[in-house]
Amino acid sequence: MVEAKTDSKVPVVDKDPFDLGILADPFDFHEELREAGPVVWLEQYRLWGLGRYENVHATLNDWETFCSSAGVGISNFRKEKPWREPSILLEKDPPEHTRARSIMTKVLSPVAVRKLRSDFETAAEKIVDEVIQRGEFDAATDLAEAFPTKVFPDAVGLTAHEREYLLRYGNIAFNAFGPRNSLFEASMAEAPEVSEWIIDKCRREALSEHGFGAQIFAHADQGEITEHEAGMLVRSLLTAGLDTTVNGIGCALRSLAANPEQWQILRNNPSLVRNVFDETLRYDSPVQTFFRTTTREVEVEGVKLGEGEKVLMFLSAANRDPRRWENPHDFDIQRKATGHVAFGSGIHGCVGQMVARLEAEVLLSALLKRVKTLELTSEPTVKLNNTTRGWAHIPVSVTAA
Amino acid sequence: MPSITYVHPNGERQTVEVKSGTSVMQAAMAEGISGIVAECGGSAMCATCHVYVDPEFVEHVPDVQEIEDEMLECAASERRESSRLSCQLVVSDEMDGLVVHLPETQV
Repeated sequence: MVEAKTDSKVPVVDKDPFDLGILADPFDFHEELREAGPVVWLEQYRLWGLGRYENVHATLNDWETFCSSAGVGISNFRKEKPWREPSILLEKDPPEHTRARSIMTKVLSPVAVRKLRSDFETAAEKIVDEVIQRGEFDAATDLAEAFPTKVFPDAVGLTAHEREYLLRYGNIAFNAFGPRNSLFEASMAEAPEVSEWIIDKCRREALSEHGFGAQIFAHADQGEITEHEAGMLVRSLLTAGLDTTVNGIGCALRSLAANPEQWQILRNNPSLVRNVFDETLRYDSPVQTFFRTTTREVEVEGVKLGEGEKVLMFLSAANRDPRRWENPHDFDIQRKATGHVAFGSGIHGCVGQMVARLEAEVLLSALLKRVKTLELTSEPTVKLNNTTRGWAHIPVSVTAA
Repeated sequence: MPSITYVHPNGERQTVEVKSGTSVMQAAMAEGISGIVAECGGSAMCATCHVYVDPEFVEHVPDVQEIEDEMLECAASERRESSRLSCQLVVSDEMDGLVVHLPETQV
């Protein structure tokens, strides 16, 4: 499917990266993409694609050339009206981005995150105890969904009811970065109802006095941002903070259950637990892709990209690039996995990543203390989305330690 | 190529040569230097690549930016005037010979 253009040296890839079959199992396609060349032309959408680690990493770290303010999905905000008011964090460049980012850095700092640990541990122990009693359960819904859906909105300061809207909103927002395929259309159909619910929950009055949400509004009280911007940052937290950790934890549980020898290595050395999560993010990246838009003409690896052109970065392909990782297709919890680009990199690198790491660490630790064996009882079912990768169902059985 | 020396808390010194444009954190990771965790991979989000720049070189490194400043407050070891996140220290030819001291702990 890959052929060199006759008028240039740029490899052309005809396959649709957002084809449902490829989304369900993207790894062969990613290999094709990486091996085609450092920069490829994705004919289906007429835009650029990057699949190698070095180029994805460099692009993420060059916001002056590859901007976010024209949208980080396929839609170019300079030409099309965005489906929602653009994020003041994700979809902005410096200096505007820096102001919002600085506030979120303070709110989600390692010190702030450390304070969550004991509440997270209590919640994890309760959830894990309950599933172990059953012996067989769905690790996707009963653990990977249940735990973050309890602790993260609590940390933000949301009320306890109707939390299924949060997962639906995340699913919509991540589908909306992709092209107008069936996933996109289905998400847009439910967007008005779900968006209304979210916007309502981002108001100061709807949030508890002590969560991340209230801390964001405290910055509005200081005059650093407007009341409206504070609400927008709460929306960012709720969009980016739940679906992603649900998928990340699900991918970790799926990978551990599918590789029982890795579970045993972890049992023998529980200090690897944080590394398990980073290796999971490398191996089965919950956020597969993001776009950037060129701000000027630029040459990448001898290929001339014009101004205002979309570039699709395959984070997941970069995380399995053999030029960067030894045996990239092995799930190896002992490898040094930091440096993966599953959280992005540079100024737009995931600001909530320390919360995500804590959630994963705490849940896996609770499981590790109580479970001797963790095994799949049937094939997991993949969850399709234009941007994220995750598991709808992971049927497992456990034996108590 | 500029060289960087990492000094461990026990006094052991490791010197590596790095390409300009590489961060002090990246160089440490590539060489497998223990004492730098760099969990976030260089996004100034985790404060686990904290180093103390040797007094002799404090003048030669670029200034601390706002987000790095916030993050240094979160470091596990004591913050000093010479504290930096090594992911934010991009090596240039002028920084040849840079010496950084590793803290007791990063987490």
